[in-house]
Amino acid sequence: MAVAERRKVKIRLQDVHKAFGPKVVLDGIDLEIVEGESLAIIGGSGTGKSVLLKHMIGLLRPDSGRVEVDGIVINELSYREIAAFRRRFGMAFQEGALFDSMTVRENIAFPLTRERRHSRTEIGRRVAECLEEVGLTEAADKMPSELSGGMRRRVGFARAVAAKPDILLFDEPTTGLDPVTKETIDTLIVELSERLGSTTITISHDMVSVFRIADRVAMLFDGKLIAMAPPEEFRRLDDPRVRRFLRADAQPATV
Amino acid sequence: MRLLTAPVLHFLEELGHFLTLLWRMLAWTPRRPWDVHQLVRQMQRVGVASLPVILLTALFTGGVLALQTFSVLARFNAERYVGSLVALSMVRELACVLGGLVIAGRSGSAMGAELGTMRVTEQIDALEVMGADPVHYLMVPRVWATVVMLPLLIAVSDAVGIFGGYMVSVVLMGANPVSYMETTFQYMELQDLLSGLVKAAVFGLLIAMIGCYQGYTTSGGAEGVGQATTRSVVLASIAIFISNFFLTKALF
Repeated sequence: MAVAERRKVKIRLQDVHKAFGPKVVLDGIDLEIVEGESLAIIGGSGTGKSVLLKHMIGLLRPDSGRVEVDGIVINELSYREIAAFRRRFGMAFQEGALFDSMTVRENIAFPLTRERRHSRTEIGRRVAECLEEVGLTEAADKMPSELSGGMRRRVGFARAVAAKPDILLFDEPTTGLDPVTKETIDTLIVELSERLGSTTITISHDMVSVFRIADRVAMLFDGKLIAMAPPEEFRRLDDPRVRRFLRADAQPATV
Repeated sequence: MRLLTAPVLHFLEELGHFLTLLWRMLAWTPRRPWDVHQLVRQMQRVGVASLPVILLTALFTGGVLALQTFSVLARFNAERYVGSLVALSMVRELACVLGGLVIAGRSGSAMGAELGTMRVTEQIDALEVMGADPVHYLMVPRVWATVVMLPLLIAVSDAVGIFGGYMVSVVLMGANPVSYMETTFQYMELQDLLSGLVKAAVFGLLIAMIGCYQGYTTSGGAEGVGQATTRSVVLASIAIFISNFFLTKALF
């Protein structure tokens, strides 16, 4: 982590533990994410990747340990302070998590209207801009139920970047999509983060996509981060758990 | 021993969560931004859209009350009190309990299913991430809409129930219309009316809070949403029956 020493640390997790009842999900996570980098966290299903992500954004609080964003320990903030703090984040959810009672346009405008400091025209302009960035201008007035899986995710991306956050979180952005759509989505993730200059964290178990978008890859296994390296190095790691994951992913998926 | 204490502890834990959520709902109520648009929309959904089913319930309940009391009161020559009995039963008890049950089945279930779906598809997380508190954004308008609309629905249903009783008595049983109307209001006091409306407001709070609580705490995909919906109705109905007893005891 030579890079980490020189550049500003955006997110720092120290010895984070989290259990749900008897099930230990995070068992001492230490992680530093540098400003502007794109980190991918990989691991099998149910290994707690989403839980880890939800700690960074304060949706979950650790049982012990610290979660620091921009030097502020967020797990010590009050409920309302966290809510204000979340403006720095944009999060794209697994299946989009679009509000199905609203149109695409209203969905993307939602984070902006909640901030209550933009005029209606400003919001309209920004929504149009975001729609164009994800290539869905013509879908503005559709309802989420009328969209395909890939389109729904793109709208989710547009909503995540609408308020120009400095941290972007992507939760399994390509899971369940066909290879072509996957590639479009990966390209979009890179483009959106570059345009915003944001720190980007992506959760995935799709190695192909991870190698396309990440500067650094970390692997979560049994509640611990067992490996962390840039993609090319990561591919050559000797750890049997990493090898097994890479091998399994290279084969056609068996569900 | 464990077998006995475990369900009790579980119940108390749930109750604790429920009361915490109730407290959060109350604490968020006065805070801005006030979402009048959502409130009106929910009032429309809970109130206006429920009007037909509430009216039908009240009309036939009033009618059957008249049928039943007529045949019973005739046994001791007290038919002339049918009007009073129908009116007082409707106003004090039946309109709000039956209406509450109908709304629990109609709106409570919808809240459980809607919030439950939003939970399992991460829409509730999405709200939170975007700085909109789900309690504030989703629960506050739903709960207050129900608390306001249920008494209004019950007031209408009081009148319709009395009308149903009147129709049955006068048209089917041949009662004298004038004296029937007279006895209807002869023994009724304002307090009878108010107690029914107060009960309706409390039932409204219970129905909406239970529906929202079940939806908010849903887990486990489509099956979980189904369970949340069922529980919204079953628990709200039980809560209505139990609270009805204690409210009636306290209000009279």
